[in-house]
Amino acid sequence: MTAMNKSQKTTIRVPLGERIFYWADAALMILLCVIILIPLVHVVAGSFSEGTAYMGHSGLLLWPLNPTLEAYQAVFKNQDIWTGYGNTLIIVVVGTLLDMLFTLVAAYVLSRKNYMLKRFFTVMVVFSMYFSGGMIPFFLVVKEVGLYKSIWALIIPSLINVFNLIILRTAMMGVPDSLEESAALDGAGHLTILFRIIAPLVLPTLAVVALYYAVSHWNSWFNALLFIKNRQQYPLQLILREILILSDSDDGLSLSETIQFATIVVATVPVLCIYPFIQKYFVKGVMVGAVKG
Amino acid sequence: MSTVTKKQAGAGVRLHKASLGNRIKRDLQKHWQLYLLFLPIFVYFVIFKYAPMAGLAISFQDFKAAKGIFGSKWVGMKHFVNFFNDPYLPRLLRNTVTIALSTLIFSFPMPILLALLINELRSRTLSRTVQTISYIPHFISTVVVCGIITDLVSRTGGVTMLLHQLFGMPVTNMLYEAGYFVPIYIASDIWSNIGWNSIVYLSALTSIDQELYEAAKVDGANKWHQIIHVTLPCLVPTIVIMFILKVGKMFDVGYEKIMLLYTPLTYETADVINTYVYRRGFAENVNYSYATAVGFFNSVVCFGLVFMTNKITQRMGGNSLW
Repeated sequence: MTAMNKSQKTTIRVPLGERIFYWADAALMILLCVIILIPLVHVVAGSFSEGTAYMGHSGLLLWPLNPTLEAYQAVFKNQDIWTGYGNTLIIVVVGTLLDMLFTLVAAYVLSRKNYMLKRFFTVMVVFSMYFSGGMIPFFLVVKEVGLYKSIWALIIPSLINVFNLIILRTAMMGVPDSLEESAALDGAGHLTILFRIIAPLVLPTLAVVALYYAVSHWNSWFNALLFIKNRQQYPLQLILREILILSDSDDGLSLSETIQFATIVVATVPVLCIYPFIQKYFVKGVMVGAVKG
Repeated sequence: MSTVTKKQAGAGVRLHKASLGNRIKRDLQKHWQLYLLFLPIFVYFVIFKYAPMAGLAISFQDFKAAKGIFGSKWVGMKHFVNFFNDPYLPRLLRNTVTIALSTLIFSFPMPILLALLINELRSRTLSRTVQTISYIPHFISTVVVCGIITDLVSRTGGVTMLLHQLFGMPVTNMLYEAGYFVPIYIASDIWSNIGWNSIVYLSALTSIDQELYEAAKVDGANKWHQIIHVTLPCLVPTIVIMFILKVGKMFDVGYEKIMLLYTPLTYETADVINTYVYRRGFAENVNYSYATAVGFFNSVVCFGLVFMTNKITQRMGGNSLW
């Protein structure tokens, strides 16, 4: 069998059209990588440049101008960035843990069979993905339950993302019933089945969903704009908004571009460092299934 | 059932009722732990998803925070009528539709194309490198992306200079020019998401049975035929689901990103329904009830769009969300 395959490989020549296609494909992909990387290279190069030299420069940078660490020294002295970092870290860690707990349990219940309210629960959950009360009623509800001006306003109202819930539920429905049944016969309760049997089997999906949650907490700034009024509680993204966006408008307060770049690097590199470790789960973990109840 | 007499039918109903009661009892006995587990989730959904829906009622009131939803005066459709006569309405609709459709036409197909192209790469190293690099922008927060954009398209920014040198475009701060807003928004959207959104398609591609390709080759299909007749059809279910989800979020257009990028100078092309809701709710000329009415309109349109898309795709090929 393998011998036959080998001989086929050597005798069948790849047609010219296909070879051109492969090369064009590869070239296009390399071009894409370059386009994606250029802005990032520019930012990093800018962050190591001298402020005055950058001011007099225009166009893309591929290498620092008069390399210096002055911008980073300014960033490390900025207390706001570090309080912001601390707040964001708390929100990301606590938020993601609670999100995962709630989503796991919800996905587990929705993936069970033969209980009366299954259809009702599913419709209730899915409907909320397509229709919402919108910004103002949401704001008023969060205020009404006493979360206004509290860091919990950035965690509790966004505990479950329905899309993530459905991804996880779909994965759980793929676990063979026989495994759970035999565990149930051995006297295992729902929590044991969920955490000891099902969770390990859907690990890649769990990893991806956890990543989705972590990234969305890390990125989020709008809810903080609505709910957080005390600067000491600002998450990093709100501080970044002041430094990168608001300082560029006409209000004065202009920060040098190189300091902005250094801020970007300081605020982004830690996330990029985590990412290679979880990359292997990405493709395995995401299977989007229909939402049929 | 068709042969039962009236008496029996009457008894049957009573029997049925009793059995429903019994069924509930049995269901609770058997599944009470499951219901207990779901209780906190139920409460969460009621408070943070369904209470705001009920809160839409304030769009029919002159809501005063001090009086609350039960004490405020009911004014019927006043705010909706005002919204339909709002001088900004045509602009809001035009911008929302323009940005939403541009996203659908330009941003949506890109990840599919990328997944196909990555899938056809012969070198595994290159394929892995392209994936690794193209996912990176997803990990850069919206605020930072907008910070980079403001630098790149400023008067002396890299993109402004490049476009000037290549196409002789005028040297200005492109963020202050209404005409450039949508292209900037779309281009940066593609930059941020092309790689990450291709993952779901790549994972669908890896599950395609290789024998299908072998069979196609035996039938004399070349590469192009294989892509059109094997790969794409296998991707269709995923594409349809992602498409419907996208349509559902379509009118929500990335308002958080727009809020970071727009200025009063570019409201002409950048102001969308949701940014207007924010401004009328929190920033200028604040009126909760009016802003809620505008948001309500948006939610209804969104829901209608998902519903329609789902119906249409169901008709076309049986792929649907529900």
